[in-house]
Amino acid sequence: MKNKSLISINDYSKEDYLKILDLAAKFEANPVQKILDGKVVATLFFEPSTRTRLSFESAISKLGGKIIGFTDAASSSVKKGESLKDTIMTVANYSDLIVMRHPVEGSARYASEVSKVPVVNAGDGANQHPTQTLLDLYSILKTQGTLENLNIFMVGDLKYGRTVHSLLIAMSHFNPTFNFISPEFLKIPDEYKLFLNEKGIKYYEHSDFTEYIDEADIVYMTRVQKERFSDPIEYEKVKNVYILRNNMLENTKDNLRILHPLPRVTEINEDVDSNPKAYYFQQAENGVYARQAIIASILGLDI
Amino acid sequence: MTKETKELRVSAIKNGTAIDHIPADSLFNVINILGLDKIDNTITFGTNLDSQTQGKKAIIKISERYFEDAEINKISLVAPNAKLNIIKDYEVVDKKVIEIPDTFDKIVKCVNPKCVTNVEAVSTKFTVVDKNELKLKCYYCEKITSKGNIEVV
Repeated sequence: MKNKSLISINDYSKEDYLKILDLAAKFEANPVQKILDGKVVATLFFEPSTRTRLSFESAISKLGGKIIGFTDAASSSVKKGESLKDTIMTVANYSDLIVMRHPVEGSARYASEVSKVPVVNAGDGANQHPTQTLLDLYSILKTQGTLENLNIFMVGDLKYGRTVHSLLIAMSHFNPTFNFISPEFLKIPDEYKLFLNEKGIKYYEHSDFTEYIDEADIVYMTRVQKERFSDPIEYEKVKNVYILRNNMLENTKDNLRILHPLPRVTEINEDVDSNPKAYYFQQAENGVYARQAIIASILGLDI
Repeated sequence: MTKETKELRVSAIKNGTAIDHIPADSLFNVINILGLDKIDNTITFGTNLDSQTQGKKAIIKISERYFEDAEINKISLVAPNAKLNIIKDYEVVDKKVIEIPDTFDKIVKCVNPKCVTNVEAVSTKFTVVDKNELKLKCYYCEKITSKGNIEVV
């Protein structure tokens, strides 16, 4: 993986995932390791994403690296009309690695072609957000002790949610069973169902929470965004259907953990937070270790 | 007999390539894809000719020009049933059919308006993921452009 940009979850093999997860566990055991001493990492956020940026900057800081960059396009030369290519080619002269968030789909792949230093995609529009997927995998592995043969429930916006799509593809290496819970018009797209059919992976679709949730090992919650609805009445009708409440977890398995890529709005009731099965804040913490592992792997740094 | 008559509607060439069985409405796309508007060779073409198999068809004859497979296969996007006659000294010395290649570079527009190829000055690149249904996966945004949406740039 040395010097190889991380743009899409499809770029990495099962073995690559496992190597990163293994390394993430080492960073969790010993998070402060100054292996980036003297290195500069550019964090270029062409659109704001506070959580992802802070997680990356925390990871880089714990590794002893220096951070340069901007937090939204308004504070960069993009505002003056500079092309993406020019921005990337310039910044590549100042840094050893570029972490980039951009609203345009495919922009990270393009940046990796013009950059002389590796690029990590921190989200390119609705396309890919591979570091989120790796931290999700790490969270699943850590809480379940394995990635194999798990029953995974995905809830909410399964049509536009890129985290759901990438996690589905990554987990497909580990013989999962999927249960999809979503409103009719936010159902998982056909291309992903075809993919699961081809791989022989079992999946079930539901329009609301079901008693089958008692069989879940992982419940992956996502936000149903109001702006996806053309009809506000439709939103009002469905918005309360996809809320997870503490009393729904009564008969669930002991190993069940609730994940959410955050930010959460109302889809997980706050009464779930104190339940030991709630895992979304630890999941965010795992993001720092996963990103440390990704940066170290790409820069070929041993620990 | 009819075939010969049709061939002669576009006058014969001594040496070069004749591309037959182009759907009439794809003629200018084929010219565009092969860059025939930018070369000096003598080119003759006929369009809206009756075809026994596909309604109205077009024929292009290009003198003193032969095509590599990789180049000619690009027209599979708009003329999948086209046939090539390689002509030397007024004789057809070889025939070729068009095959769908594994990749398309530069010639197809990505269907996704949010794709970087539609925002920045980036040439498109596609991998063919389904040759029967003609589905192209964008190298950049990873979205599928399929048969009904294919637009030549």
